Amino acid sequence: MLISAARSATVVRGSVLLLACLIVALPARADDMQDASRMLKAGQHQQALERVNKVLAAKPRDPQARFLKGLIFTDQGNTKDAIDIFTRLTQDYPELPEPYNNLAVIYAAQGQYDKARVALEQSIRTHPSYATAYENLGDVYARLASQAYDKALQIDSSNKGAQNKLSLVRDLVGGAQAPIAVAQAPKPAAEKAAAEPQKPVAEAPKPPAAKPAAPEKPAANASAEVLAAVNAWAAAWAKRDADGYLSYYAADFKVPGKESRADWEKSRRARLGAAKTIKVGVASPKVTMAGNDGATVAFLQNYQSDTFKSSGRKTLVMTKAGGRWQIREEKSN
Amino acid sequence: MRGILLALLLACPALAQASAPAPTPEDRLSAVFEAIEANRLDDALKRVDGLIRDYPNFRLAHLVRGDLLLARSRPLLTFGNVVKTVPQEKIAGMREEALARLRAQRQRPAEDRLPRQIMQLHAGQKHAILVDSRRSRLYVFANDGGSPRLVADFYVTLGKNGVEKTREGDQKTPVGVYHVTANLPRRKLTDFYGAGAFPINYPNEWDKRQGRNGFGIWLHGVPSDVYSRPPRASDGCIVLANPDLESVGQYVQVGMTPVIIADEVEWSDPAALAAERASLAAAIERWRADWESRDTEKYLAHYSTRFAAPGQDLKAWSAHKRTVNGAKAWIKVGLARVAMLRYPRERDFVVVTFDQDYRSSGLSNTMRKRQYWVKEEGIWKIIYEGAG
Repeated sequence: MLISAARSATVVRGSVLLLACLIVALPARADDMQDASRMLKAGQHQQALERVNKVLAAKPRDPQARFLKGLIFTDQGNTKDAIDIFTRLTQDYPELPEPYNNLAVIYAAQGQYDKARVALEQSIRTHPSYATAYENLGDVYARLASQAYDKALQIDSSNKGAQNKLSLVRDLVGGAQAPIAVAQAPKPAAEKAAAEPQKPVAEAPKPPAAKPAAPEKPAANASAEVLAAVNAWAAAWAKRDADGYLSYYAADFKVPGKESRADWEKSRRARLGAAKTIKVGVASPKVTMAGNDGATVAFLQNYQSDTFKSSGRKTLVMTKAGGRWQIREEKSN
Repeated sequence: MRGILLALLLACPALAQASAPAPTPEDRLSAVFEAIEANRLDDALKRVDGLIRDYPNFRLAHLVRGDLLLARSRPLLTFGNVVKTVPQEKIAGMREEALARLRAQRQRPAEDRLPRQIMQLHAGQKHAILVDSRRSRLYVFANDGGSPRLVADFYVTLGKNGVEKTREGDQKTPVGVYHVTANLPRRKLTDFYGAGAFPINYPNEWDKRQGRNGFGIWLHGVPSDVYSRPPRASDGCIVLANPDLESVGQYVQVGMTPVIIADEVEWSDPAALAAERASLAAAIERWRADWESRDTEKYLAHYSTRFAAPGQDLKAWSAHKRTVNGAKAWIKVGLARVAMLRYPRERDFVVVTFDQDYRSSGLSNTMRKRQYWVKEEGIWKIIYEGAG
């Protein structure tokens, strides 16, 4: 299935967090924005729109208000205006991944997978650890692949199966009742995020300058750190730097099979030393955080040495010790 | 003078560019696979996108593109990882096409080997066509002083049920030595045959003698909605992509160009081939000389007990020759433009054609003649003789 409810929720959660920071910065319009957001959740599109327009009348370039307006239009099924708003946001704020992502969701719903792909690739370029865009991109690639196969096999792309999939997307993105609603997300994290806008209002007196980095979501930061560690591990492996490579394994790393840690290290060193060239690719990584010090990273590992070549799913269970992310368990599946 | 030189200098880069052959769609597909193998997937996707832009009906390219895109979403289980319910044979056909094309690109015939099937071409035959059915490949050889020199090769589609046609409707491609009998241009054909067609003379004398039937075996193109077809998809015809058929067309001389369809091209050592050619040429020369000698029994010794000419077995043939030759005061036989083509699937069996210049006290004529020579217990014998 394409672009699940949970993921759509992630899009908005990000925006709500962004919202939170701006509320801190500009307490004067915080009420209006908060109201608009709540109205959107309740499906009161027109009222939400009025509220957002009020904010925009005072600050026409405000990214949060424009983003929210884009969501309202998306929700109303007014894709033309939604595309317009999100497109302009990508032009004015190319560093924000969310407008690209939402643009892609709309394009995908229209069956314009090539455009969706370009937008998502942009989103990832601006924010390499933006998991939502990765997942969406995976689905868009799958849809593009399906279209390519249809052409290969001379199947009419407008067949029923494909239609069903497309309408499913439309449902989830622009659904009638409270779509893209944060409240629908079952994850506690989402609830927390949704609740957060309440806090800054109470703590409004805080100096606004104190939170310039707030748009950087903490969860995204942590997963970016994890991803960086995985990439560094892969790089050390590819360089056949055995010491560097082994340094990414935690002291309590679960050695596969019945080997001792020492024997395992020895065989790894031998393997790295035996190869003349090694290439390791980490594709479509998905980081799932487990608290602050734990994470699971699933990805497609493309391994190629001068003598051997393999490609398969790998899962690394990571743990943070002494400020470093290390591998605790390595599973091929 | 200076003007001319300048013009030449200016023309040179253009000439150089024009002479460098543009990569064929197959070359480009091969480059896509090379990029995949080198783990340059972005490059592979770019290349396949470009290929599809130029050849939107190249279905195999679409399949590869599907895989490249899907690989970004999930691990692939197979080549042509189509995740929907479609007839598997359609995908299997494209996989086979990919394998055939890649194999042809990567396993090039060694430069110093020659096809054993083409023993000798005559001066009038500019080219010969040889089909390797196992590799789904058609090779075009130029006539280099009688010896074949590979000039081009193409992917081909053959019969749904493989080769060695015996019956009408068996959807097989014949195996044997044939030649092009006509040139049917595109405008005389339906879209199904694409860029044109070149019928061949199946069933030939040997096929008829073996009781094989059927008709209408052509080299032809593909319909406009495809670039190519899977390796085994025709009703027995040899099918090429339209640009490839047009290329082959440039080499074809109607009534002249041999088309040999074999299980495999036997790439042989030129020295061994020369020896084989010399051995048969010597036998032919002895036959000619013995005919001139009017020693009819010696002449008839060149004919196999299995010999048959149109409407005559060896007995009738022998009786006729004894009568005719005995009545002559002298006979002169000249042979020219001799071609020797080895018959696939048969052991030491060669189709020999030549211009025969026959003069005698009484009758003289010149004709094109075709003989089938076969080696029996180490000795070359004639098993068929007729007009060529």
